[in-house]
Amino acid sequence: MRRAPVSVLGLLLLSAGLATSPSHSETLKDLYFGEALYYAHQGLYFEALERLDTEVKQHDAVDEPQLDTLYQHIEDAEFSLGDFELRYRMHHRAGRAIKAVLEAAVDDVIRNDAAYRLARIHFQKGQLAEALQALDRVEGKVPESIEDDIEFLRANVYLAEERPEVAIDVLEKLRDSDEFGGFAGYNLGIAYLQAGRRQEALEQLDRAGRIETDDPAELAIRDKANLVLGSVLLDTEDYAEAIPYFNRVRLDGPFSNQALLSSGWANMSLDRIERAVVPWNILASREVTDGAAQEARLALPYAYGRLNVHGRAAIHYGQALDAYTGEIDKLNESIDSIRDGKFLEALVREEIRKDKDWVIRLRALPESPETYYLMELLASHDFQTGLQNYLDLADLRRKVVEWEASFDAYDEMVEIRHDHYEPLLPDVDAEFRELDSRMRLRVEQHKMLIKRRDDLLTTPRPEFLATPEEQRMLARLEALETQLVRGGATQDSPDMQRLVRLKGVLVWRLETEYHARLTEFDQNLQKLDEAMAVAQAQYDQYVRVRQAATHSYVGYTRPINRLRVHAANAIQTIDRLMARQGRLLETVAIDELIARRSRLENYGDKARFALADSYDRATQAQARTEAQP
Amino acid sequence: MLGFRCTALLILSAIGLASTAGAQDISGAEMKSLDGQVQEIKSDVLNIASELGNLEERLLYPSGTQLAIFVAMADDEDFRLDAVKLEINGELATHHIYSFNELEALQKGGVQRAYTGNVMTGDHELRVTVIGKLDNGKDFTASNSFAFSKGVKPKTLGVTLAEPGLGSDGIQLGVW
Repeated sequence: MRRAPVSVLGLLLLSAGLATSPSHSETLKDLYFGEALYYAHQGLYFEALERLDTEVKQHDAVDEPQLDTLYQHIEDAEFSLGDFELRYRMHHRAGRAIKAVLEAAVDDVIRNDAAYRLARIHFQKGQLAEALQALDRVEGKVPESIEDDIEFLRANVYLAEERPEVAIDVLEKLRDSDEFGGFAGYNLGIAYLQAGRRQEALEQLDRAGRIETDDPAELAIRDKANLVLGSVLLDTEDYAEAIPYFNRVRLDGPFSNQALLSSGWANMSLDRIERAVVPWNILASREVTDGAAQEARLALPYAYGRLNVHGRAAIHYGQALDAYTGEIDKLNESIDSIRDGKFLEALVREEIRKDKDWVIRLRALPESPETYYLMELLASHDFQTGLQNYLDLADLRRKVVEWEASFDAYDEMVEIRHDHYEPLLPDVDAEFRELDSRMRLRVEQHKMLIKRRDDLLTTPRPEFLATPEEQRMLARLEALETQLVRGGATQDSPDMQRLVRLKGVLVWRLETEYHARLTEFDQNLQKLDEAMAVAQAQYDQYVRVRQAATHSYVGYTRPINRLRVHAANAIQTIDRLMARQGRLLETVAIDELIARRSRLENYGDKARFALADSYDRATQAQARTEAQP
Repeated sequence: MLGFRCTALLILSAIGLASTAGAQDISGAEMKSLDGQVQEIKSDVLNIASELGNLEERLLYPSGTQLAIFVAMADDEDFRLDAVKLEINGELATHHIYSFNELEALQKGGVQRAYTGNVMTGDHELRVTVIGKLDNGKDFTASNSFAFSKGVKPKTLGVTLAEPGLGSDGIQLGVW
């Protein structure tokens, strides 16, 4: 993807919009990370940060992180966290998050990507030494997609540090880059200029001004290369050499007005006045709010004056004067409108901000100030930062106010649940206590039976498996035996012999049926296990439902109140910051409009004086013509 | 006189070319201080959002009954998804119509939390209906039903959508 770097002081430096797309793993394992990406891909970085921050914190708190679904993406997630923070203009936190990735034992590709992003943050903040330090940490395998980005950023840092020679070394290698070809070529020309290598600068800018492209951004940079080259030649009074470069600038490009103006002045300086009139004529009919067009309205009659066409000069001076007066009136209205707070009101209107051409739409709003004169201001980095901060604050305010409204609803919800459950729970708890004691008894009995079964497996005890009838018979036989012994019966007595035989029959049955009886006992116990499991599940569910009832209304009052206080404090802080930020933006906007007005007033004075002068000269010329025989 | 004017105008044009800064330089220190404070309040509000999110989840969707359904698009799918309808046990849970930005976010790998609600523990049925447009410009509607079981823990279901093909409605359900 090609990108059009922002122009600052004639150099093309990467500034806003630095971050690449949020990372996207091919096989996403964590839905919550995916949810954060869903918001990030829509530019909703607050929501993305809120989701991902919570998810990463939860991951950090788990005992066995390798079992968590975020485990496979954690480096990517932490990286994205820094990325989102950067995009949400939270450089302080973004820097910390990315540094954490840099210091972790991660793959070269990830570390180098992080180093690059950190360097961009520092560069954006004007911390050039830190930006270079971060770039110096790039080593080993570099992601192919950012190889040229890294070098381009490095060159831009050198240029910003006013070390053009080092920047030249880097940019010369990027000159033929697919991604930065046009921009690197232009910056290389500027670097040569900065280094005082004029001839090389001219040759490089000439090359940059000839590139074949149909990409709008590259076409614009080609125009700019030609414009700068022409202007450099104009400065050194090489007027004839300068003109072809101005002529190369497209008539419908963003640098066309400046090129037409400069072309006119170059021709004027060569005394080719008729040729100066051509570009100025085109320019004077263009949008009057443009600075170059305003200047052309003054330059054109000046050229007619030099051609001794004083009458036409006077007419054009008059038209210029009318145009300036009209624009000064508009500027005054705009200044008043800003002072009335209309500018800030218009800025925060939602329907405006959803439109990518919102600056243009802003102008169409009734009662909002004329923003054409603020276009350059709106494009400047400092103003953009202030403006974005103001808009972010307005968004935050909307969110917090919306949350505040829900606190009362939550309070009411908790209260309704409290009133519903509180009268019911004492009876429920009493029943529960009874159930609980019965449950505990059954559990103990169950445990005892299991133990007995386990004991029988190791030490067989047939009598333990006797039926109640058999147990009664055994007890009866033993009682009879005791009675016979007390009565003096011997082992050989017929009664005693009969008793032994009866006992033998019973023991025989118990011994021979022991295994079958043990199997049956085990089967019955297994059925009991199942029944106990059902009872335990019902018991657990009851406990959970009982706990859920309490959890549905207990323990909310304090956090809701705490959040209520935090939200109120946040709104206070936001209001204070919005007021300060808003005032600053208004002041800067008004200063800009006043500067524009002063320039127009100055032009107006000149036009007024020149108008009178042209009339005089036209009158004198007419008098001379009439005086001729 | 005219020579002076010419020089003045030349200087003006040179200034205009060289820089867009100058009058627009905002008081750096105040700007920096404000920027720092704005970052702090953003951080504070994010913390409030996170705490509020946890509280709402506990209050509105207790873990015992919580059900969350996410929607994603299969890799490399670029069919136009217009709407998704989710029904749980025959009751409408949500019907979402996608904006261009939302669709693009799904196509880039984002996952949408389409529904969060409460269901009892036990067996349930989810019916997913997808309305969209095929690559050949034809409108399509596809539906599929899935059985799922809700236990005592929060339940998370992921619906993955692909362009319907021969013998396939392109709707897959995964449990997360």
